[in-house]
Amino acid sequence: MNLTLKALLKSPWVFHLSTGSCNNCDIEILDCLTPRFDIERFGMRLVGSIRHADVLLVTGSGNRKSMLRVKKIYEEQVPKPCVVVGIGECAMSRGMFIHSYNCPRPLDSDIPVDVYIPGCPPKPEAIIAGVVKLINKIKGIE
Amino acid sequence: MQKSVISIGPYHPLQEEPELFMLTVEGETVVDIEVSIGYNHRGIEKLSERCNFDQSTFVIERICGICSTSHPFAYTRAVEDIIPVEVPERARYIRTIIAEGERIHSHLLWYGLAGHFLGYNTVYMWMWKLREEILDVMEILSGNRNNYAMFKPGGVRRDINSDDIPLALKKIDAIIPTLDRLKKAILDDPVLHARLKGIGILTKEEAVDYCALGPTSRASGVARDVRKDAPYGAYDRVDWDMIVTESCDVWGKAVVRLLEMYESIKIVKTCLQNLPGGEIDLNIKSIPPGEGIGAHEAPRGETFHYVRSDGTNRPARHKVRASTFMNLPTLKATVPGSSISDATIILAAIDPCYCCTERMAVRSREGKKLYGGQELIRLSQEKTKKIKREMGIK
Repeated sequence: MNLTLKALLKSPWVFHLSTGSCNNCDIEILDCLTPRFDIERFGMRLVGSIRHADVLLVTGSGNRKSMLRVKKIYEEQVPKPCVVVGIGECAMSRGMFIHSYNCPRPLDSDIPVDVYIPGCPPKPEAIIAGVVKLINKIKGIE
Repeated sequence: MQKSVISIGPYHPLQEEPELFMLTVEGETVVDIEVSIGYNHRGIEKLSERCNFDQSTFVIERICGICSTSHPFAYTRAVEDIIPVEVPERARYIRTIIAEGERIHSHLLWYGLAGHFLGYNTVYMWMWKLREEILDVMEILSGNRNNYAMFKPGGVRRDINSDDIPLALKKIDAIIPTLDRLKKAILDDPVLHARLKGIGILTKEEAVDYCALGPTSRASGVARDVRKDAPYGAYDRVDWDMIVTESCDVWGKAVVRLLEMYESIKIVKTCLQNLPGGEIDLNIKSIPPGEGIGAHEAPRGETFHYVRSDGTNRPARHKVRASTFMNLPTLKATVPGSSISDATIILAAIDPCYCCTERMAVRSREGKKLYGGQELIRLSQEKTKKIKREMGIK
């Protein structure tokens, strides 16, 4: 594990990116920050700018208009190394929007996704557990 | 003075959903605003037409995560309007309980975000902490935190277990003291008074002209609420008041939402205490051909659904009009003239929900010509004619 990755895992800063979701996953992400779940005790913070982010939390079924922006954001603006977490059923497989005319491709055909958290929406506990598992995996603890 | 354009979005820390605001400013003052949406469009109306009437409720629920009761409520009312049938008394009460619980959590969510925009992160944290308690109540009653999946045409999908009611009532009672304290903190805060009063003025005439709905119109003195005007569910069986203020500004909208939460708590408690027995579902077997409309007062305003059936087990046409679709144009009246720092809270004051509002429009690359449905069909037919001509087929 190189130094940048090691430094990243100490206190991962997350940025939340919606690609056409129903808001539920986005609200559950914000829920993680509020006093009951409080992910800041793990050093995670929701940041305002994409250029400060270490982890991208991507929600939604990948709609035609927003995927262009997401691809651009991932390729040009996020500092690497960057970990991408797909939150919710839509980010995994597009869920019930698989037949929609405006959601042509799954998320992972455009950007690489490191971990998926299933659920519609996943509970905050599940989101925290998913991120902790990801950190442990990168560290090599299983 | 020189004009410049400030774009907020589509991915901006201010917003949880992607949308683009273009503010035209002269110095500090906003002179024009343009909203660009479409980043959330998933084509749900079309998806609904390929599902059967029962499956559609699940798709409709995912139009918006915050209004995940309002859309199924309006949709099931539209389907029941086609037949037409009256749902059983117990189902009416259960629907009302779930809908009002959603209103409480939606208003708390708005308060949290509004506090965050104003720089009051304490309000944000407190409100969302309180919201968790309401989500617990919903989890006790329906089994889910957000997407409740309680609705189906002709009744409700799941019954409320009578053993759970005392625990739910206890939890709701525990919320009231905290809410009282927050109410006092908000209403007595001199900074919030200075910050919110007199900005984002939407006069009564403008509210009527723009067809504003929900708290946006009720804060401008327009007493309009589907729950009072055309009662449905159990709204005519319980005692509650419509909250209307005359102040027309952002402060008025905040007060309307705050007091509405108390009314919702009152409705939920009364309904839980007086829950009648009996059937919860009519077990509708088939839907005859016809048209139906259904409306429900969502936390943001009236949600309206239109369903046309052709006698098969699928809707032939399903049209959704969410409340934000009507409230969004009011920004044209409220934002111009305000300063950039006030624009944020004025934009947030209508409690915008873009995933409900998403529409698709086809626009030519050159210029700004918008194509309607008829024009698109004409263009398509012309292209076929052109291809036929080129291939030499008559």
